[in-house]
Amino acid sequence: MNAQAWMLLCAFLAVLLLLAVPTAAWLARVMEGRFALGARIEAPLYRLAGVRPQEDMGWLRYALALLLFNLLGTLAVYALQRLQAVLPFNPEGMGAIAADSAFNTAISFASNTNWQGYAGETSMSYLTQMLALTVQNFLSAATGIAVATALIRGFARGSSAGIGNAWADLTRVTLWVLLPASALLALFFVSQGVIQNLAPYQQVETLEALQYEAPRTGPDGAPLLDADGKPDMQPQQSRSQTLAMGPVASQEAIKVLGTNGGGFFNANSAHPYENPNALSNFAQMVAIFLIPAALCLVFGRLVGDPRQGWTLLAAMTLLFVLAVIALTHYEALGNPRLAALGVADGGNLEGKELRFGIAASSLFAVITTAASCGAVIAMHDALTPLGGAVPLALMQLGEVVFGGVGSGLYGMLVFALLAVFIAGLMIGRTPEYLGKKIEAYEMKMVAIAILVTPLLVLGGTALAVMADAGRAGIANPSAHGFSEILYALSSAANNNGSAFAGLSANTPFYNALLGVAMCLGRYAVMVPVLAIAGSLAAKKRLAAGAGTLPTHGPLFVTLLAGTVLLVGLLNYLPALALGPVVEHLALFGH
Amino acid sequence: MSTLPHRSLLRPALVLFLALSLLTGLAYPLLITALAQALFPAQAAGSLLLREGKPVGSALIGQSFSGPEYFWSRPSATAPLPYNAAASGGANQGPTNPALLRAVEARVAALRAAHPEQPGPVPADLATTSASGLDPHISLAAAGYQLERVARARGLPPQALRSLLAEHAEQPLSGFLGEAQVNVLQLNLALDELAAGKRAARN
Repeated sequence: MNAQAWMLLCAFLAVLLLLAVPTAAWLARVMEGRFALGARIEAPLYRLAGVRPQEDMGWLRYALALLLFNLLGTLAVYALQRLQAVLPFNPEGMGAIAADSAFNTAISFASNTNWQGYAGETSMSYLTQMLALTVQNFLSAATGIAVATALIRGFARGSSAGIGNAWADLTRVTLWVLLPASALLALFFVSQGVIQNLAPYQQVETLEALQYEAPRTGPDGAPLLDADGKPDMQPQQSRSQTLAMGPVASQEAIKVLGTNGGGFFNANSAHPYENPNALSNFAQMVAIFLIPAALCLVFGRLVGDPRQGWTLLAAMTLLFVLAVIALTHYEALGNPRLAALGVADGGNLEGKELRFGIAASSLFAVITTAASCGAVIAMHDALTPLGGAVPLALMQLGEVVFGGVGSGLYGMLVFALLAVFIAGLMIGRTPEYLGKKIEAYEMKMVAIAILVTPLLVLGGTALAVMADAGRAGIANPSAHGFSEILYALSSAANNNGSAFAGLSANTPFYNALLGVAMCLGRYAVMVPVLAIAGSLAAKKRLAAGAGTLPTHGPLFVTLLAGTVLLVGLLNYLPALALGPVVEHLALFGH
Repeated sequence: MSTLPHRSLLRPALVLFLALSLLTGLAYPLLITALAQALFPAQAAGSLLLREGKPVGSALIGQSFSGPEYFWSRPSATAPLPYNAAASGGANQGPTNPALLRAVEARVAALRAAHPEQPGPVPADLATTSASGLDPHISLAAAGYQLERVARARGLPPQALRSLLAEHAEQPLSGFLGEAQVNVLQLNLALDELAAGKRAARN
């Protein structure tokens, strides 16, 4: 890492911490229902909905409420995509989305994954972008924060039957945290050049006429084939450029704040209309980590011991900084094969935007995959082999290095339970965390939550490389092609949503496989986490004794980071060896 | 009121989903649209560049240039034509992909043929595609690499182009935020203006 990369990383961490502290204070106040003005505004909505916000739900009821709410979201996204051709706000006349793609996208956005098999500017109407996708950006984020809050209550409460009210949690965080923060950020983005309009695509006359080849199309718009069965390519000339338009800034803001990551455009945050300059990019990076970082501190506050929150944040930051150093190192090293062809030494610029360069592109790639965001400013498929292994590994660790909004915290707390369990085995005492005895029931749920995603990733990858339909999607030959499939499954099952985008994933096979992986990767983790919350809430909080393992401080940071790494390596090292490691050896070996 | 665990969850789910959808999916984006049009109308509409009142591009979106009298942008992987701002995207070619190596080889050969006065290696940004396919910038090194070729084609003194480039060069904010770069479309528009001015002065 050069001086620029270090300065960028330090500035990023400084601004993040500076903003995370007040955000945590505000989040804690809202989630505890202490925002009185808000409660008065919510009251009529609750009356209409038949909700009593003080009603404490047991974990099962809480889980059912969230599942039902997410199911409605999935159905709405599916329906809006299928019907968009006949609905308003569609100046480009986008047709209905195919059933398999609509299914995939519906699960993708409801589960906070935002995997995109489609290209936004060539397929989605403005109404779909707003009323289907933007809505789920808010509500999937709210769902994650609700589950995290419920788990925090499980630790904070003693001998309690309930873990809070799902409806109140969802409503409060949407209205008083996500909406105002998104509105501010959206306006900042517009000031920097992110577009925000409902106009048809803009035609401009370019400075120079452009010669290119395009397939000749028949009257039905389908490409005509020549005698060899290939598209009949005709020379064309163009002096116009069509600029895709749309309500981008409003979606961009919640895309990053809610760690959603689904781009308005196909190129995502690499598109200049989504992310025009270094400053907008810096804001996007901070916004992605802001709520996940703040939630760690909320946890510390609400369990009555801020050190516990700082400890989680420190473990996440430790793993994060290691990842930034690794990825930046390999991207700056560049591609020796291009250097051999006479390309100047400037790092691996293939698939990167010049305004972001090596340092910011590398930092963003780590942030977006450490958090379960999945927005990209550089094409991850074009990263160097070990540079590309970093995002892959960050997702495979279970999206707990900051992670998704809410899901990062509850994922990390699951690992904290595993860490105290392992420590308990080593010292021969019943494991405790924050005065709660961790017993067989909790450990069973922890095991489910930790093992669901590796099962989906490795099983799914095996299935895809065995099936013709799976191998057909590969764009890059040899080991890199395997990495593309492994990346897709890792991204879907861990609800990240970024891609080695060469893989042609908008096919019935991948739409179905990845749809199932996203769904189970989200909800088959969320439900056991809520079960843990319910079980913990019912237990007494014991006072710490002389033999209690302290769960704050450097020792526990090391133990926690070590546990996360150990589980990740045990699960994924063989698969990583087959993809990125082989490719690295091919590129740099002799 | 009943507190049975099976008390319906359906009504709260439906009402809250509907209300929050309308709020976050219509009210919010439409309000931001209205505010954006009022506060930052040029940015909200796409930072369009006008020449004689007609839009010739956007300050944020690159264009393809291939003639000797213009500075060239980075290669673009959009289809069917480069810099297609209605279908953004990258090449997604991995570092060991033979297709990438063939493409880079061809770009290096074309650049060397067009710039015989440049003996050194080709600037990396001119040999590689961007992530969006719409990258509006090239590095100052890449602009410098092309400068003499453009000067030759335009019949302008290289010094005039050097000062034009210096005028349009952007430096990183606070030394680390961003890269040293130049916007190709804006540079070429200024170049057209400079050349037109020179012609007018001669007549």
